[in-house]
Amino acid sequence: MGSIDPLVLLAAIMMASTPILLAALGEMVVERAGVLNLGVEGMMITGAIVGFVAAYESGSPTLGFVTAALGGALISLLFGVLTQFLMSNQVATGLALTLFGLGLSSLIGQSYSGLRAPLTPDLHIPVLSDLPVVGRVLFQHDAMVYVALALVVGVWAFLKFTRAGLILRAVGESHDAAHALGYRVKLVRLCAIAFGGALAGLGGAYLSLVRVPSWTDGMTAGAGWIALALVVFASWKAFRVLAGAYLFGGISVLQLNLQAAGSKVPADLLSMSPFLATILVLVIISARKKGATAAPAMLGRVFHASQ
Amino acid sequence: MRDRDGVTALLTIDGLTKAYPGVVANDSVSFSVRAGEVHALLGENGAGKSTLVKMIYGLVKPDSGAMRLGDAAYTPANPQAARSAGVAMVFQHFSLFDALSVAENVALGMESPPKMRALSAQIRKVSEAYGLPLDPARTVGDLSAGERQRVEIIRCLLQDPKILIMDEPTSVLTPQEVEILFKTLRKLQSEGTAILYISHKLEEIRSLCDGATILRLGKVVGTCDPKTTSARDMAEAMVGSALHVPQASPSPKGAIKLEVTTLDLPAKAEFGTSLRDISFRVKAGEVLGIGGVAGNGQDELLAALSGEALSAPHAVKLGGTPVGQLGPNARRKIGILAAPEERLGHAAAPDMSLTENALLTGAIREKLTRNGFLKWRDTEAFARRIIAGFDVRTPGPDNAARALSGGNLQKFVIGREVLQNPEVLIVNQPTWGVDASAAAAIRQALLDLAASGAAIVCISQDLDELMEISDRFAALNEGRLSVPRPTRELTIDEIGLMMGGAGDMDVAAPEVLA
Amino acid sequence: MITLVKRPTPSRLWIVLTPLVAVLLTMVAGAALFAMLGKDPIEAIRTIFWDPLFNPQFAAYSRPQLLVKAGPLILIAIGLSLGFRAGIWNIGAEGQYIMGAICGAAVGLAAYPIDAWWVFAAMVLGGLAGGTAWAMIPAVLRVAFKTNEILVSLMLVYVAENLLASMAVGALRNPEGGGFPGSRNLSQYPAAANPELIAGTGMHWGVVAAFIAVIFAYVILSRHMLGFQIRLTGQSPRAARFAGVNAARLILICLGISGGLAGLAGLFEVSGPAGQISIDFGSGYGFTAIIVAFLGRLNPIGILLAGLLMALTYIGGELAQFMLGLPASAIQVFQGMLLMFLLALDVLTNYSLRWRKRETA
Repeated sequence: MGSIDPLVLLAAIMMASTPILLAALGEMVVERAGVLNLGVEGMMITGAIVGFVAAYESGSPTLGFVTAALGGALISLLFGVLTQFLMSNQVATGLALTLFGLGLSSLIGQSYSGLRAPLTPDLHIPVLSDLPVVGRVLFQHDAMVYVALALVVGVWAFLKFTRAGLILRAVGESHDAAHALGYRVKLVRLCAIAFGGALAGLGGAYLSLVRVPSWTDGMTAGAGWIALALVVFASWKAFRVLAGAYLFGGISVLQLNLQAAGSKVPADLLSMSPFLATILVLVIISARKKGATAAPAMLGRVFHASQ
Repeated sequence: MRDRDGVTALLTIDGLTKAYPGVVANDSVSFSVRAGEVHALLGENGAGKSTLVKMIYGLVKPDSGAMRLGDAAYTPANPQAARSAGVAMVFQHFSLFDALSVAENVALGMESPPKMRALSAQIRKVSEAYGLPLDPARTVGDLSAGERQRVEIIRCLLQDPKILIMDEPTSVLTPQEVEILFKTLRKLQSEGTAILYISHKLEEIRSLCDGATILRLGKVVGTCDPKTTSARDMAEAMVGSALHVPQASPSPKGAIKLEVTTLDLPAKAEFGTSLRDISFRVKAGEVLGIGGVAGNGQDELLAALSGEALSAPHAVKLGGTPVGQLGPNARRKIGILAAPEERLGHAAAPDMSLTENALLTGAIREKLTRNGFLKWRDTEAFARRIIAGFDVRTPGPDNAARALSGGNLQKFVIGREVLQNPEVLIVNQPTWGVDASAAAAIRQALLDLAASGAAIVCISQDLDELMEISDRFAALNEGRLSVPRPTRELTIDEIGLMMGGAGDMDVAAPEVLA
Repeated sequence: MITLVKRPTPSRLWIVLTPLVAVLLTMVAGAALFAMLGKDPIEAIRTIFWDPLFNPQFAAYSRPQLLVKAGPLILIAIGLSLGFRAGIWNIGAEGQYIMGAICGAAVGLAAYPIDAWWVFAAMVLGGLAGGTAWAMIPAVLRVAFKTNEILVSLMLVYVAENLLASMAVGALRNPEGGGFPGSRNLSQYPAAANPELIAGTGMHWGVVAAFIAVIFAYVILSRHMLGFQIRLTGQSPRAARFAGVNAARLILICLGISGGLAGLAGLFEVSGPAGQISIDFGSGYGFTAIIVAFLGRLNPIGILLAGLLMALTYIGGELAQFMLGLPASAIQVFQGMLLMFLLALDVLTNYSLRWRKRETA
């Protein structure tokens, strides 16, 4: 195991965590508005394929990411319309979105299997990137790694300091009170859902354009579900989402490295370790008394304005 | 525009009509309010008061009719528009956010709030100017009901409203807090603010209001000067007929049935109340009334008595047998029955039929199961007995509970427990949101049940109700119960002190318990 | 402008009608999808829904397949529906299905080559135990720590899939298989096989179990206190607590039953149609069963019909793949659309649509 370089590992973790970081951050905003969208996996994989197709056909990774965000937002609006205007059960609809997204992506992607995505260049930041050791580890990644970090700060500031953020939190705490004060509960939630979809889409595209970088059927392989667990782990707070994402990124990088290094632990056992770790974390969080109370009060509840 | 006295009206309502499928909520309602006037809107539940104020506040659009504010037409598209026009509203329920701070709650009710720090300073200033001290940094969920109302009032005052709408503002206040509120309102009145005051408490209206409009079934049935009209006349105008007042037949009080001794129960929900050191006894044939402002442990006490929350075995006893560790069904078996406050979703399942709802609590005492299998025919017969015995207006037992009006469903819920011949019956807010005739019927049923030898605990926020039916009275305050005292001996000031938590100071003598 | 008005009582008519309308709308949308893929839509729909049953060229093979595919779907969906009704969301049936197959097959493989009637009986118990135990993990965590059962049960699917892969190349590998992954073929080991009971029907023990489960669930839901408690808990949890329902017990029971049934489905599959433990044994039945449960309105009879319909789309989809070159994923999209339409139309059960004039105010 001496073959694993801790610095390379750290750099790899930053990359490995970006997809779940993006998806979990988006889902956190959705849940703060009081909506539980279990379709993260479906939105991610949709983003992965439409992002790949756009980037492959145009040769531009940037266009790929933009398309992925739009695709994720678009498919999330399916969930939005169903749950907000047709008042369908959020758990069932989220599952439906995942099943639908998996099917749709596989259909779109059938002729793109095995192709290589155009290269997303690493940024070269003057001075910072040239720092010894630190420069190579922290400052020589592709732009999306930094976009994701900027989004963490942005979401945090939005929720804490802006009026729109306050309204979003209010809607998630009591939709009846927000409605009585004249706020448009469904519109706020629809916007949150679309934002969550866009970020999940970006997360998916990061997998197909940078991490892998090619398209394979069902390539998200549970990342969306881990992102959902991460929101609970983070107690609905932006910086804890970041910490959680890096933790999970760390576990998955480590197990891959162990597999590659020919560890004595069976490969299948290593592959299941991120999922076991997720369960473990969920148990620890829920066993703590305070964990559950951080949840937005209206999470998963249907709103229909009474007369 | 000039009203009947020739004084300029601030708000004029002219022929407002709003119909919902199957019901006309407001039928051509007209009245006007002058600047500096406190105007009462009187009516029973379902008379159309809340639809009317929702239209004034821009939450609901009228089908026809017009409103004028000052000299201009007033057609608020939404509450934001109403607020910018100078109309503010203090809600009875549903307008605060528990997990947010006072300042954030206030900001959400304003059109263009200043920066948080400036807003906090403003809140401090205004709240002290009106004698309603409030810390802007506190979380609203941790405040008492009275303090929560302050948040709403301050939110309105910060916008210098021309008209302030108050929906049943005193239902959550102790008599002393009501006095403070009235002082604030009179101060506002003297500054020229018009106040639209919605209530069904007639004595309050007589002491506060300058004019009153009485609604019944969506129509204006009269106007009056509350200062010169008797409460009884107003009540009869509201109800439209002479009122039946429940009669208690004095029954000899028997042995002690329910005994609660130093009951302690930590809060379950995040913003719930812990029960602390609660002790009381209820005898056969007796009604113990438990008053108190909402949110002081009423739900928690009901849960501890019904068995939904378990306590130390000896904290709750039935006829000397400890039952603190028994669940709801084990308690039902030995005769402790309960009817919680929330009809839809707690006492009854909204989407289930009345037959299924009869099974919900009746399975054990009415023997509606055999080896776990359900006896649907017997269950339906039980539901029919409740419907017939308590005059529940419904097409039949197959109807869903949510299809019933509040009064009818409440009669069903109370009837379901009464017909099972309880040893002890605990009810919480038995006539909340129920029309006057149904309320009278329910109170009569409770008195009749007591007369037949059951012990009854009636938790209620309606002091008039408790004065009317209870033999002894105690009040809940922050999860503590005052020492119960005979209702007849109490003055309104003493009741106020008990509700405010000060009642025990001078009457701490333990022998009063028995 | 259309507004939704809550009905006083749920519409009985629409409870029955929504799945039918959803199927119809999905056929229309599906036809459009197939047209976009360059296939003749009418022919595609006919190939999926008509040919497997009535085209003499295919029916002989396809008809028995209907029960073979529907059996596990119905068995799993029945179990899921009990939990879904109570608001207990086991979405990890796929994992329980795999674990049932692994445990049941392990019992059979351990007994090899004993030829006695009890081998199969012990395998059934093994399958039941495997599925139940796997579902007990989220159940116990939920009861003890309030851990979200949706996420835990789902995570366990991925864990089960990895275990399956490791079993297929490790502990359960056929020692006479020349090192290829996969276990011995159980269907060729008579004491452990789950054969077709009546030739040409596709009926095997798993289908029998599915029918029994339908009847069992129907009786429980409509005539037994447990069913009443399940329905009550799902509709109003607080009223259920007031009625004395023990929530923890209900969680254990519902997850236990759904896990057990999923495990049984896995065992019947591995000992019959699939024949062996292999890396690709997990076929997605556990997820499709979620669609079946909702399409059947969480009602046992409805699930029976929905399971048959969903089985038809599988068989028809394979036929369309073979005959028209329709991609396999098109059927997956088709199934996803069906669930979407169903959830969208569900609103009509509890709300009625009303036209309202544009606001004049």
